[in-house]
Amino acid sequence: MMSSEKVLLKIDNLSAKVEEKSILKGLSLEVKPGEVHAIMGPNGAGKSTLGYVLSGREGYEVQSGSATLDGVDLLEMEAEERARAGLFLAFQYPVEIPGVSNLEFMKASVDAQREARGETSLSSAEFLRLAKAACKQVDLPLAFLKRGVNEGFSGGEKKRNELMQMLLLQPKLCILDESDSGLDIDALQVVAEGVNSQRTEDRSFIIVTHYQRLLDYIKPDYVHVLADGKIIRSGDASLALELEEQGYAWLTEKEA
Amino acid sequence: MTEQIDKVLEREYEAGFVSDIESETFDPGLNEDVIRRISAMKEEPEWMLDWRLKAFAAWQEMVEPEWAHVDYQKIDYQAISYYSAPKSMADKPKSLDEVDPELLRTYEKLGIPLIEQQMLAGVAVDAVFDSVSVVTTFRDKLEEAGVIFCPISEAIKKYPELVKKYLSTVVPMKDNFFATLNCAVFTDGSFVYIPKGTRCPMELSTYFRINEQNTGQFERTLIIADEGSHVSYLEGCTAPQRDENQLHAAVVELVVLDGAEVKYSTVQNWYPGDENGKGGIYNFVTKRAVCHTDAKVSWTQVETGSAVTWKYPSCILKGDNSIGEFYSVALMRGAQQADTGTKMIHIGKNTRSTIISKGISAGRSNNSYRGLVRMNPGAEGARNFTQCDSLLIGDKCGAHTFPYVESKNPTAIVEHEATTSKVSDDQMFLCQQRGLDPEKAVSMIVNGFCKEVFKELPMEFAVEAGKLLEISLEGSVG
Repeated sequence: MMSSEKVLLKIDNLSAKVEEKSILKGLSLEVKPGEVHAIMGPNGAGKSTLGYVLSGREGYEVQSGSATLDGVDLLEMEAEERARAGLFLAFQYPVEIPGVSNLEFMKASVDAQREARGETSLSSAEFLRLAKAACKQVDLPLAFLKRGVNEGFSGGEKKRNELMQMLLLQPKLCILDESDSGLDIDALQVVAEGVNSQRTEDRSFIIVTHYQRLLDYIKPDYVHVLADGKIIRSGDASLALELEEQGYAWLTEKEA
Repeated sequence: MTEQIDKVLEREYEAGFVSDIESETFDPGLNEDVIRRISAMKEEPEWMLDWRLKAFAAWQEMVEPEWAHVDYQKIDYQAISYYSAPKSMADKPKSLDEVDPELLRTYEKLGIPLIEQQMLAGVAVDAVFDSVSVVTTFRDKLEEAGVIFCPISEAIKKYPELVKKYLSTVVPMKDNFFATLNCAVFTDGSFVYIPKGTRCPMELSTYFRINEQNTGQFERTLIIADEGSHVSYLEGCTAPQRDENQLHAAVVELVVLDGAEVKYSTVQNWYPGDENGKGGIYNFVTKRAVCHTDAKVSWTQVETGSAVTWKYPSCILKGDNSIGEFYSVALMRGAQQADTGTKMIHIGKNTRSTIISKGISAGRSNNSYRGLVRMNPGAEGARNFTQCDSLLIGDKCGAHTFPYVESKNPTAIVEHEATTSKVSDDQMFLCQQRGLDPEKAVSMIVNGFCKEVFKELPMEFAVEAGKLLEISLEGSVG
């Protein structure tokens, strides 16, 4: 036995397809509490698919393998149950929900998760206080709380809005799907600071990214290369630098 | 995903129960004799009977309209009963204590307690059961303010001058097939008169309930807001779950004199029929307001019930600077069909109208917006803004928009915006990924879509409308 430490997320030999096309082909990964794992890889490798499969998006069919969160089978649960179990996905392209205010949306989300844990719901005043703090932390004007969810937000504002939801929901496992794409350097720092502020002994992160850039600000414990549906190389933070210099070709060719 | 949403929308019709009340019901059929009997039951004066008979003669020459984008089996007008009233009402109970407790229970079950102490303070209710008004609450309090709020059958006897002066001045007797039929056979409805310069001290509301089988409900409402007065009026409707279709053909007339304001809100929840389109109410209604100088009318409707809806609450903006507004949410599911919208007729100078229509279609339903904006030659500087939004849920439903614009004045401005959108898988997944179950997700998305209309509803009704769409309005925080 390598370690008696607790594992938060355990993915074992996971294969999944979308519309009859196999995307994940026997992927395995273990994430322990408090760890930050970066997942990099070429386009079409299955990086976003991994997030969707774990979070239970419809249309993503698991063919074999397993995935557990805190020892509980994730794949048996509905999407909302996985969220309530502590899994959070920050979307690459957050969708708009016109007319539903951010505040209303986030209060409903937090209430639903608290209810599932058997906790009482927060009063409106309490929640408003938390929401304002989170809004400030991600550097969005407070007016965004009253605006429709992602309605008319710029790309960067949407990413920060995702982060605000993460701050309020306090998940166990955060999957950030290219949260750095389309961000200028200031926005990137805001996102990174937001993540870093949430790093605790219990909370883990999977950061899906194309670029080393984000990892300058969020230092990962592990870096994995995902290519053709499985992890073909794992290492520490230095692997990201290597990839930045050399690209993925040398790895995928070796694989082939 | 679509299946999941459909399941959410397949909620039970909670108002579908039948009350066990002994009724006096006319045999089905329509002829002059039936009209004479209705008039006699209501102890009407001669002029009223003559008026009815004139309408009936006109109606027999008319043809049922077919232009609406709805499809239903032809109605056999001889198979309908035109009058039904609880037997206990024959002796005209003088107070609530004398009203059949089963009737009171029926309204209580519908969430409308008629015992004044239990009621929402500030809302007076006229409860119309099949063809008669059962009770009208808070009448004494309203009388103190000079406000008349009573069944129209009573107004015909007690205030004949007012009724004669205004009845059918807004919707002419021969306006359309269903309105003319209503003139001939209407049984009850509400009458409201707000005196000059008076702000009605309470919200007024009427709850219509159809209970008897094979009867039609033909109610008639007349609201007169005298100069500078103000009133907010609410209307709700439900019916038992039955396999046969039932006809509801109402006429509502609003007379809004100089500087007066009327806010008229409807939550329509007639039985919609089953998912295969069996049963349900045919809701063929004519609603219209005349606005005099500086007057304002605001129609707000939430339409979730009925098998077929055919309804165009309209404003004739006759006086200069008068204002007409129409806010509508129509949620159709199963096999429901709606053809609804409004007419804004601009006659006076600087008249203004706003139309916000939100149509939601789910299941195999068909939802049409039909609206007319007409700028007459004298409508100098008039303006209209129209916004029609359709939301589709699933891929078997239909949304249609039929806007008609006629402008005969070059200074008038008409704007029209229309959008169509879908509840997307992306939106559903975002909600679920944050921990919301699909029910909550759909209702939240639909609620957001309807927000502009819901905010126009009076508080009590906004809550009711929200419940109707299975929406928790918890988000009123901040």
